[in-house]
Amino acid sequence: MTATTDPARDRAWLRPATWRNLFRDRPLLPLSMLLVLLVISVELARPGTVSANWAAFTVRQAAVLAILGACQTLTMLTGGIDLSVGYVASMAGFVTATFVHQPGGWVLGIAVALGAAALAGLINGIGSGIFRVHPLIMTLGMGLIVLGFSNVWQLQNVQTGSGVPAELRWLGTGLSFDVIPNDLLVFVPVTVLLIVLLKRTGYGRMLYAVGDNPVAARLSGVRSWQVVVVLYVISALLAAVAGLVQSGLSNTASVTLVTPYMLPSVAAAVIGGTSILGGRGGYSGTIVGALILTVLAGFLSIILPEPWRQIVFGSIVVLVAAAYTRVTAES
Amino acid sequence: MTTNMTTLGRRRPALAEVTRRLARNNVWTLGLLGFLVVLLAFTKLVNSYYSLDSLASTATSVLPLALAAVAQAIAVISGGIDLSISSQMALTSCVAATMMASYPGDGTAVAIVIGVLLLGLVLGAINGALVVVTKVPDIIVTLSTYFVWAGFALLVRPAPGGAAAPWLKDLVIGSLGIDVLPKAAVLLVVIVAVIWIPLSRSRLGLSLYAIGSNRLAAFRSGVPVNRTKFLSYAITGLVAAVAGLSLTASTGIGTPVPEPTYVLISIGAVVLGGVSMAGGVGGVFGPVVAVVVLQLIRDDMTFMHVDPNFGLVAQGFILIGVLMAGSFVQMRRSRS
Repeated sequence: MTATTDPARDRAWLRPATWRNLFRDRPLLPLSMLLVLLVISVELARPGTVSANWAAFTVRQAAVLAILGACQTLTMLTGGIDLSVGYVASMAGFVTATFVHQPGGWVLGIAVALGAAALAGLINGIGSGIFRVHPLIMTLGMGLIVLGFSNVWQLQNVQTGSGVPAELRWLGTGLSFDVIPNDLLVFVPVTVLLIVLLKRTGYGRMLYAVGDNPVAARLSGVRSWQVVVVLYVISALLAAVAGLVQSGLSNTASVTLVTPYMLPSVAAAVIGGTSILGGRGGYSGTIVGALILTVLAGFLSIILPEPWRQIVFGSIVVLVAAAYTRVTAES
Repeated sequence: MTTNMTTLGRRRPALAEVTRRLARNNVWTLGLLGFLVVLLAFTKLVNSYYSLDSLASTATSVLPLALAAVAQAIAVISGGIDLSISSQMALTSCVAATMMASYPGDGTAVAIVIGVLLLGLVLGAINGALVVVTKVPDIIVTLSTYFVWAGFALLVRPAPGGAAAPWLKDLVIGSLGIDVLPKAAVLLVVIVAVIWIPLSRSRLGLSLYAIGSNRLAAFRSGVPVNRTKFLSYAITGLVAAVAGLSLTASTGIGTPVPEPTYVLISIGAVVLGGVSMAGGVGGVFGPVVAVVVLQLIRDDMTFMHVDPNFGLVAQGFILIGVLMAGSFVQMRRSRS
């Protein structure tokens, strides 16, 4: 950044270092350009695809991925990761669906689902914050446990039957004014809250501090275990919200509904410029990352059969990550 | 930690001392082995029909996962992690099953096995090269290649199918001699011994531990860090290919979709088997025992007519419980 403001070098913008600094400090710019390029490619591949409806559809899909990406962004800022989100999210959607025909209805269902998710997050937090178990393992193990309990719950509720509540379907698939997807009602407040949390609150600063240098954070008086415990509860609650939206969107409730989104959610955060090593990144990048991945998946499904889609998807994620690492290298 | 450092010593120690040292350095694995014996006795207690035959089928079913854990252990010991092992297994297994169905015959099957092992080596080498060249964290690289290998597996076999050569099946199913030793268990020990013992005693093996425990210190002591990292992933890929072949051998077909719980359980077993996620600590025998323990616990719960899904829950809780206890002990020790 310093180079651009230096009057002595008026041709500074020609030098690669300037661009590198720009990309490092404002990752949203190149990401948005990539997104626009992708949208143009979609239109070129099949003219007439890009429309208000298409945009609404894409945003609807991307919102779920972006909320799950939030879980990864927050945990990755502290140097962690949350691989239980897929199972927690599926569990939330499924549990809510089983309450539809019960006294108490879907409201009670959502309450139970959020409670269960918070509990799972609490255990994740205690494990990685207090006992210092590696978050990757902790959350993977917790994912197994949640999946196991969901399966048990499924067998218990085979007779009572289940169904996605109409309210969630409205949230997931409905359009206001014919263009605005209703799930933005959930997504926009979540986004605003998260960005304010990260940029304007002490807790957000502490997340960066713990991830950047745990020892320095501790010495400056941060109780990092408390930060981490709260963090994983937040992450699990966000996952549950994503699961509720997704079950409404797909009008299905299954114990593995959201698991295919788990690895892409990590990819969204990484593409968005959040470092898995902690201390660097933000949520706005993750949102663009989720949009890119959603448009990309749609684009690939137009031009390629499933196996090639996976191959290209994986290759692009590693390429973008490599470009980032190169650009942000300290040397 | 010191298991491998001892190989540095030039003096030839007495047998008693070696035994004592082995026991001291492998307390965790030996404890786990003891637990396995207790668990086997318990299995016999809850299911009086559990015979040597059932033991053989347990061994056959656990073989692919045990080999996956060995592969993961090698990656983790050298300070990395490989999330793509299950899809490498799917790809190598599909290639083997498809080729063996198209070109039957014992001789060609041997060639196919060798080819598939080479393929595994190449897949692992690509992972390693990506990690070394791009400097992207291992977890992201292998997460991406997970998709890539799984995509190729689907290209090779759009649906489960294919065949396995009879001798390959014969290697893993049933028991040896007078029905005492499950073939799969013997094979597992042989494979692990052939790959691991020469490796851990070689210069490369020592370098794997060195870059895993402290990359910078390893670099300053003259270890070729990048080359070692690359080779660690290549070996991981090779073992994953062996695991894929065992999958083909035990099921008789190739399945293009990676088993979702393999990644999880392989990492869990590695940690349960005494390998530190930070790298540089542990061996491959512990993880193998851990896989068998995890599987037996699940089987036992089925024998006891518990909902098998609680088996999954139990595995998860055991994993987390052991990890918490382990790191708690470590924290107490480092504090005092």
